[in-house]
Amino acid sequence: MSIWQYANPVKFLTLSARVQPYLWASAAAAILVGLTWGFFGTPDDFRQGSTVKIIYLHVPSALMAINAWFMMLVASLIWLIRRHHVSALTAKAAAPVGVVMTLIALVTGALWGQPMWGTWWAWDPRLTSFLILFLFYLGYIALWEAIEDPDTAADLTSVLCLVGSVFAVLSRYAVQFWNQGLHQGTSIPVATGGRTVADVFFYPLVLCMVGFGLLFLALVFYRTGTEIRLRRARALRARALKEL
Amino acid sequence: MIALLLRDLRLAFRAGGGFGLGLAFFLIVVTLVPFAVGPQSSLLGTIAPGILWLGALLACLLSLDRLLALDQEDGSLDLLLTAPLPLEAVVSLKALAHWLTTGLPLVLAAPFLGVLLNLPGPGYLWLCLSLALGTPALSVIGTFGAALTVGVKRGGLLLSLLVLPLYVPSLIFGAEVARRGAAGQPLETPLLMLAGITCGTIALMPFASAAVLRLGLR
Repeated sequence: MSIWQYANPVKFLTLSARVQPYLWASAAAAILVGLTWGFFGTPDDFRQGSTVKIIYLHVPSALMAINAWFMMLVASLIWLIRRHHVSALTAKAAAPVGVVMTLIALVTGALWGQPMWGTWWAWDPRLTSFLILFLFYLGYIALWEAIEDPDTAADLTSVLCLVGSVFAVLSRYAVQFWNQGLHQGTSIPVATGGRTVADVFFYPLVLCMVGFGLLFLALVFYRTGTEIRLRRARALRARALKEL
Repeated sequence: MIALLLRDLRLAFRAGGGFGLGLAFFLIVVTLVPFAVGPQSSLLGTIAPGILWLGALLACLLSLDRLLALDQEDGSLDLLLTAPLPLEAVVSLKALAHWLTTGLPLVLAAPFLGVLLNLPGPGYLWLCLSLALGTPALSVIGTFGAALTVGVKRGGLLLSLLVLPLYVPSLIFGAEVARRGAAGQPLETPLLMLAGITCGTIALMPFASAAVLRLGLR
């Protein structure tokens, strides 16, 4: 028993079918409870008013936008090293989810920024690096779409993902150098543990973050299953055409 | 190796090689900017370093899709793949040829276009230096993009989408050097960062480009 047995598409689909109902249910429960608690069960911030509640969408989506790219990076590495097709397909499946998360983070940030900073957009390091991350996602997806042969597409997008990760990190530090930030620092520094969010806001936020993570997993499982079945259908059709 | 470099250079200089194209594009971009933002010389002087860097970057981008696609069309790329010369060397030479025919002319032309944009006096040296340091990275990264899209039909637009985000760090530090140079501020940090990015990409990107070419043209 090891994780590599799930490189077999059949095993993967069985596992995916078994865990998906739990994932969807727990994601829906966590997000629903988290958002309802966050939106209606917490007081307004004394300075930010009710706009503080955007945090329940903004922070989890930003978190998952970055983690989705990390997941794609790991999946790409597995594909390049061990040539498991399922791995390449999970990377492909995660990209559109990641791009939507990035977009949610950008849009909710703009909505919050307008009343708080007095501007929809500022060329702040965090905002800029997210925009660049968005562009990386677009390029990655476009490359998948452009190449017909699925194995070549998987190869090339994997290398792009690796190179893109290096440049994404590089851009992150470059923009930090280029412009000082308007965006506040992280409120929940995991390393030091000195968080600056009060408990009332913190617990629903954690629930939302967990919910977004579960939602991401469920979506990736679902989309990977679709990709596997699509590929199987294509193979069947090709075989049927050959027999004709 | 030298034969390959000379061949690429000869091809670029001959008719239809598109040697002057990047340069003309650079000139046009710089000419259009005053029409777009107005002719006030103080404003133009402030934005000149950025505009010149952006123009040079776009001009580099313009000639990228011919970098490997032409060789692929006439089959010489397949010959190069099977040649005894390692593919890493081939893509490095391609990038070098691209830089010599696109990047270097841009560096040499930049001061003259700087005059058009009323670039402040101390800026010229730093503009040229930053472009000379930064454009090799653009060529090397661009070769990677060209290698990624070489098998794609009409990959030109896709190429820009893939390559432009990778240009961000070079552009930031390069334009920062030029801007600080023009304003007479200390510029050691961005200059070193720019040089570091260029050295790093020259050292590492050929491996990525060669890997991509091997995978893409199996």
